[in-house]
Amino acid sequence: MTAPPDDCLARNEWICGEYLSTRRQILLDAVVQHLQLTAVSVLVGLVIAVPLAVLARRWGWAAGPVLAVTTILYTIPSLAMFSLLLPVYGLSATLVVSGLVLYSLTLLVRNILAGLRAVPEETRQAARGMGYGPIRLLLTVELPLAVPASMAGLRIATVSAVSLVTVGAIVGFGGLGNLIYAGMNTYFKAQVLTASVLCVVIAVAADLLLLAVQRLLTPWTRAARG
Amino acid sequence: MNALTGAWDWLSDPAHWSGDDGVWHRLAQHLVLTVVCLVISCLIALPVALVLGHLGRGGALAVNISNIGRAVPTFAVLVLLLLTPLGKWGEGPTVVALVLFAVPPLLTNAYVGMREVDRSVVSSARGMGMTGRQMLFHVELPLSLPMVMNGVRIAAVQLVATATIAALAGGGGLGRIITAGFNLASTPQVVAGAILVAVFALIVEGIFEIAERLAPRWARGIR
Repeated sequence: MTAPPDDCLARNEWICGEYLSTRRQILLDAVVQHLQLTAVSVLVGLVIAVPLAVLARRWGWAAGPVLAVTTILYTIPSLAMFSLLLPVYGLSATLVVSGLVLYSLTLLVRNILAGLRAVPEETRQAARGMGYGPIRLLLTVELPLAVPASMAGLRIATVSAVSLVTVGAIVGFGGLGNLIYAGMNTYFKAQVLTASVLCVVIAVAADLLLLAVQRLLTPWTRAARG
Repeated sequence: MNALTGAWDWLSDPAHWSGDDGVWHRLAQHLVLTVVCLVISCLIALPVALVLGHLGRGGALAVNISNIGRAVPTFAVLVLLLLTPLGKWGEGPTVVALVLFAVPPLLTNAYVGMREVDRSVVSSARGMGMTGRQMLFHVELPLSLPMVMNGVRIAAVQLVATATIAALAGGGGLGRIITAGFNLASTPQVVAGAILVAVFALIVEGIFEIAERLAPRWARGIR
């Protein structure tokens, strides 16, 4: 019988290189799941939020109800949201994604609407004077000008989604949250710390990526500053 | 709809409301946890934000802390604290994790509120010979109160919501009903717990809304 190895895993240390090398595949899978859940939720949220915001902008009376419903959705706790949706989707990744979509809606709708409302009336009149129809006006003038405000909302929504995915661990689809949950039950310090740090790294990286995208999408804001 | 009727049946069974696992006990735990964390967070965040706002320094710090706070999952912080020596202290890790979570919105809102006070009003206060302390308490604080209170409201509602996560790590509160329901594979119980938390969060939101409607009248009364 061999003696148990005396490495940082056996000593259950917080920082452990051994853990990184032996569990690389598990960590990679968790990161991939985390990224997928976040990306799908935010993209679906965006696809739903843009039409909602445009409708709320076009018809003033729609703005009140749209904002009220999305705000109420936001006050429902994430754990409660996942459990309220449980009867609909069962224990699945769809459950986590739909919960996160409902969360991101509040931030996205609010910010896109604010961006659309901030488009100056003269700009819209100038475009109309140049013969732009309502669809062309929306797609080539109003939406591009709303990009900075929308991107601010998108960044907050994405960063929040990255951290909320961890709660999905309760239904087994929490990306890095699964590792944190399992590590808590087994007192596995290295796993909890590594997964937590990776969550923060993903959130910061996603935020910086979106900031870069925003700069690419809005070259005029830089030109103005000279 | 089956789940909703099941949840209703669960909620209307008086046996589920009494005892250590009952709704009343969990509700009391949840309330105490939320109030304690909110008070501690306010005591930490508000003085710092008001002083920084008064001096006009550290703005980037106040705003960036808020952004960083959003990126750190509360669940991860809670589990990390649970595995440290602090974990032996009953609700200690939960309180620390929730306070860390509630401080950023309080800090940012109070700071921004202080900076948004009309500079010419502040200048005239100074011209009238007010000291820094008088300006802070008699001019800047009253004028920034709506923003400060908005931060408290956001923090309170989010605390109610986030306190449920404590149950994932074995803590008390309404989240326990949900996690127990998951372990029993009882969808009615899970949904009932979720409804309870959501209603609690909405009630807190409502209390702040009412307080906000009443507040200006007092403010006018003082003048």
